[in-house]
Amino acid sequence: MFLNQFLLLSVALFAIGVYGVLARRNGVMVLMSIELILNAVNINLVSFAAFTENIAGEVFALFVVAVAAAEVGVGLAMILLLYRNRRNIDLTEIDLMKG
Amino acid sequence: MTDLFIFASATAELAETVLPLGITEGGAWLLRNAWIIPLIPALSFVGILFFGKRMPRQGAELGVAAIGIAFVLAVLTGAAWMDHRDNYQGDEVTQAVIVADHGEAADHDEGHAPEHPSLAVSNTVTWFQVGGMTISVGVLVDGLAVMMLFVVTLVSLLVHVYSTDYVSGDRRYTHYFAFLSLFSASMLTLVISENTLQLLVAWELVGVCSFALIGHWWEEKPNSDAALKAFLTNRVGDMGLLVGITVLFFSVGSALPDAFGSFSIATTNTLANSGLLSHTALLVSATCLMAAVMSKSGQFFLHTWLPDAMAGPTPVSALIHAATMVVAGVFMIARLYGVFFEGFSIGGSSINLMAVVGGLTTLVGASLAFVQRDIKKVLAYSTISQLGYMVLALGVGAWTAAVFHLFTHAFFKACLFLGSGSVAHAVHSFDMKSDMGGMRKAMPQTYRTFVIGSIALAGLPPLAGFWSKDEILAGTGGWGLFGGTGGNGAYTGMLIMGMVTAALTAAYMTRVIYLTFFGDFRGHGELHESGPRMVVPLWILAGLAMVAGLFNLPSGFQLVPESMQERFGHYVEPAAAYFPGISHASPSWSLAIFSTLVVMAGAGSAYWYYFVKVDAAAQASGQSLTELSNGPTSRWPLAKMGHNLLENKYYLDHLYTGIIAGGTKGPLARAVYRFNQQVIDRTVDKVGETAVVSGQFVYDKIDQLLVDGAVNTSGRLASEAGGELRKIQSGKVQSYAAILFAAATVLAGILIVIV
Repeated sequence: MFLNQFLLLSVALFAIGVYGVLARRNGVMVLMSIELILNAVNINLVSFAAFTENIAGEVFALFVVAVAAAEVGVGLAMILLLYRNRRNIDLTEIDLMKG
Repeated sequence: MTDLFIFASATAELAETVLPLGITEGGAWLLRNAWIIPLIPALSFVGILFFGKRMPRQGAELGVAAIGIAFVLAVLTGAAWMDHRDNYQGDEVTQAVIVADHGEAADHDEGHAPEHPSLAVSNTVTWFQVGGMTISVGVLVDGLAVMMLFVVTLVSLLVHVYSTDYVSGDRRYTHYFAFLSLFSASMLTLVISENTLQLLVAWELVGVCSFALIGHWWEEKPNSDAALKAFLTNRVGDMGLLVGITVLFFSVGSALPDAFGSFSIATTNTLANSGLLSHTALLVSATCLMAAVMSKSGQFFLHTWLPDAMAGPTPVSALIHAATMVVAGVFMIARLYGVFFEGFSIGGSSINLMAVVGGLTTLVGASLAFVQRDIKKVLAYSTISQLGYMVLALGVGAWTAAVFHLFTHAFFKACLFLGSGSVAHAVHSFDMKSDMGGMRKAMPQTYRTFVIGSIALAGLPPLAGFWSKDEILAGTGGWGLFGGTGGNGAYTGMLIMGMVTAALTAAYMTRVIYLTFFGDFRGHGELHESGPRMVVPLWILAGLAMVAGLFNLPSGFQLVPESMQERFGHYVEPAAAYFPGISHASPSWSLAIFSTLVVMAGAGSAYWYYFVKVDAAAQASGQSLTELSNGPTSRWPLAKMGHNLLENKYYLDHLYTGIIAGGTKGPLARAVYRFNQQVIDRTVDKVGETAVVSGQFVYDKIDQLLVDGAVNTSGRLASEAGGELRKIQSGKVQSYAAILFAAATVLAGILIVIV
């Protein structure tokens, strides 16, 4: 078993996630893409932990899962609020923070 | 001169000894707190200035009350001092000063302490601290200070009372009393000063007050000129005082192991007495201080301001001449006597600067008093002559005699001045030759007191002047030629000067009495005796002029019980280590009789000239005469020349204003003007021009270009960068995320490259 394979999987997932965040217009899809990025990171953490036989990476992965769950909860709530206000969740339309 | 300014560190290695100052911090409450006495008139000065005009008597009552309280306190202080002097046991803590022992100096003053068991009272507080040195301010109360407190407050009180009548209706009545109060306060501060710095402050205050009072009627130019002359002449002497005090300060520092210097009078005197101060320093400082005495106390050749100072109101003249201004110099010598005694080597010599100055002054003053028309100027020259007597006495070591003469002179000279004021009050003039004569009938009280004062001044027994003058003559020790009377040296020259002056004094006072009170009245107007506020002070002073001499009856005449002999010397002469060990001359019958004969000869020849010859000529011609038409000056050219010399006051004023001032002010002024135009103005102009040019340069290049440019550029840059950056702020979440990722990618790339 090589570390490379896990890292390649992780890179693939990360690249898909980044693409999703930058290219998708649907807010829910963007959130899902962020989940992909986080999972890519988790894979890295777990694989490095196993590789170095150090439990810290797995613990951090658990933290990341917990934080991601909370983040998704907040993110979904924000998207729901957006939808209720504007009947639309197209991120390109939302530019209230334009300087 | 090198040993003049050796500082403490140089002598610190030497053995240290303790020198007693003979000063206690204990003593009666009044002695320790004598500062209250000058404080009262000082407060009254402020009070009169602020509230005087609103008072029913325009502030005069406040001045009289303040000086009255001060007088009562001074009398009580005197009683406390007598008690202290007689009953002091010497068991309280005394002040001592630690000095570096210079070895051979120690035997200089052996056995001094047992002679001086009694202690002066001192009470000081810190005035200010500078450079680790503490300057204190406080009182030094001993017999001398107590005597001066008494004289100053008494004469000042009588002058205050007299003035309420004399200057009534004056336009600056309130102002006059305010300054009279300040004058008294300054002099009282001077006499209780504990250190020379405090003495200097009071000394200058006295000078300022005399300026203000001499120039009281400044609307007339001669009066303001006289005030200026007094003030400026005194500035000349003040330079001497400043230098003298400074030299003393540092030379004391060289004797004390842990001090930079000291202003303390007791310390300075004690060190001088014990031979621990360098003789050069003492000689230099004593000479400089002599200059101050010459200006303040009207000694020859800086005496010329004193007759001009008659421009002030007559009570002020009485105060200046009897109790304040001019006795300040004599008091200063008496106070710093250790310095003068050692500096001029008074003991055991026959001539020194102080004795010569005093002797010359007596002669100059007495001779000039002869030719004056103005009654007050006669008295002014008489004061100069009598001050010369005091300085002469101090110069020959007759300390007690000098201070005693100051004491008696205060009474009869104040009496004479107030008497002349009383006369002038009636005839509105001071000119004896044209406006007076025959006034004894109209003004009997003034006449009697004036004659009493004159006899006391002339020095006929048993009035005050006789005792003090005779003590001075005995103190010269010059009589030793004829049988020996002791004293500090054989000052024969000074004895002769004193004798001549005694004869002259008697003669010119006889002249004044004839011109003022005898013959027929030459002035105009109704003559009247002055009111009680003027006559009562006159009688008090005349009474004192009669009895003041009895305070110091000489010992050894077997006429009076021993308990009445030399009381004044007993109580006034400091019996402490800061006073030099002077030897006292014993009085002599032969000297007393001879001096009385001299005085009577002087008075007799003037009597023969005026009362016999002039009176007879006046009877014959039927008009009031003041001199013979065919007198000695018209018959002998030598007498005429002498008279001219006296009329022109020995040409001293011509010397000062014509030659010294005139010779310097023309060429000097021109030179200074040229220097001003050519050097100073040109420099200033050049500096100004350069400043303008460089300012323009700085404005153009540095301010406008560099500073403003930098500021503007940074502002513009910030604004343009902001303009660029705002384009990024699209509000689109994804573009932000894209930038974030791009940045993260770049950073990751950098990280990889570096690691």
